[in-house]
Amino acid sequence: MKILKLISALSIVGFILLTSILLLLGSMNAANMKILMLIGTILWFLVTPLWMKEES
Amino acid sequence: MAESQNAAVITNENAGGEFERTPVPSSKLKGWKSFLGMYAGEHAAGTEFMIGPLFLAAGASLKDLALGLLLGNILAILTWRYLVAPIAVSSKLTLYYQLEKIAGKNLVKIYNVVNGVLFCFLAGAMITVSASAVGIPFDINFSIPENIFGLSTPAFSMIVIIVGVVMTVVAAAGYNTVSKFANIAAPWMIVVFAACGLSALSQMEVDSWESLLVEWDKGISVVQSVNGKTDFGFWKIVIFSWLCNAAMHFGMADLTIMRFAKDSRAGWGPSIGMFLGHYMAWICASFMLAAQIKLTGDISANPGALAWSAVGWTGIICVIVAGWTTANPTIYRAGLAFQTLFPLKSKKYSGVILAGIVATAAGIFPSLSGKLLDFVGLYGAILGPMGGVIFVNHYLAKKMNFTQDYADEKGTGFNTGVLLAWLIPVALGLYFIFGQGLFPAYAVIPSWIASSVLYVVIMKLQKS
Repeated sequence: MKILKLISALSIVGFILLTSILLLLGSMNAANMKILMLIGTILWFLVTPLWMKEES
Repeated sequence: MAESQNAAVITNENAGGEFERTPVPSSKLKGWKSFLGMYAGEHAAGTEFMIGPLFLAAGASLKDLALGLLLGNILAILTWRYLVAPIAVSSKLTLYYQLEKIAGKNLVKIYNVVNGVLFCFLAGAMITVSASAVGIPFDINFSIPENIFGLSTPAFSMIVIIVGVVMTVVAAAGYNTVSKFANIAAPWMIVVFAACGLSALSQMEVDSWESLLVEWDKGISVVQSVNGKTDFGFWKIVIFSWLCNAAMHFGMADLTIMRFAKDSRAGWGPSIGMFLGHYMAWICASFMLAAQIKLTGDISANPGALAWSAVGWTGIICVIVAGWTTANPTIYRAGLAFQTLFPLKSKKYSGVILAGIVATAAGIFPSLSGKLLDFVGLYGAILGPMGGVIFVNHYLAKKMNFTQDYADEKGTGFNTGVLLAWLIPVALGLYFIFGQGLFPAYAVIPSWIASSVLYVVIMKLQKS
């Protein structure tokens, strides 16, 4: 359960929020950011229902 | 915003099937921190994609926006805390039951249908928002016609119809599934909103507050060179952000939620959600339009195109999900309100289908989503005044020596006093809004006060 929550957090903080910060700082280009964000989105919707269902 | 508005339809369904006609027992009460979490995702909805860019399009300066939203949101939170929460904690009743005790069963039905119609327009705007994103992969964009009953392209209208039909069928068949999905999507949506804003800042190539102000002002100049000079100043922003959820706080719709609170501190519950949805999300969404204007010169606030440009497919998915998770419960609850119009023998989803048809028809006219700032104010101006009646009934009835919970006490199904106290201020408000061009949010508080005073006067006259 903890690992699943960690993956969920990583998927939105790492793959979505951090990549957009890196884009703003000029450390990443827009194309790579968009791909990583999509990966983060897919991860979020694959993993989050697993632990959220358990909790509810 | 819109998620919270869903709570306004005061049907038994809102009560979650629990304690609909009795006060919530103390064993079921929750601490105030539970309300922080519960409200956190509620104010980051599909409407945010539409409202944020409209501030820029309306000519609001960035400084006014940042400070005006701050003050307006604080005022909204204080209204929940000091107006709604004390009554909710004291009575522990749903708005439905509380109004029924004051106004009578039949008048509550009328109120519900009015609420349902307004919901349909809100859902219609959300269908337009989702359709704007669905159209992007097919290269179908929508433009907002000048005429309020003007249509967009036939291809876009067709997408709206398809999206509307899908949402209606899902609302009629699987409301709970979408509700669970909305809970899963909420944290992701908030982060995507922030990412959209950061990406838009990068698109604008800003590296300081000053350079951001320059780009923002350039965006306003471009918009005003096309649309003409408009003004959306500090106080207008304050009033709008304070009262865009007026139906929930001044209108007391959130009594239904806050009746589960142990104490009045639950009124602080919306604070995190408000600042995520009605501050961060609106500002981020407005940056997307500023970036689009810089990159392409296009001033149209098309949520799908804005999100696609900022974060690609994630943005498209976010706009569809945000629109869908807002429109779905809205159609469902509008349907419940309409269900009272159908004979008892009719199918239980008849109301939802009717609501879906009305919402889809509304969604075909993109001007509705383009007028969301006005519509949200109008929503509060129509439903808010009923909260004044509840306020008077709760605090003043005994002190001023007239009957508390009149309909309940007298056994009537229709309290004409409540009808007049609600309709007269609303009719006057509508006259000023449509006849004199008043910004709808400005009508909320005067209508609320007028409704409260009128109810006192009518009840005193009735007694004498």
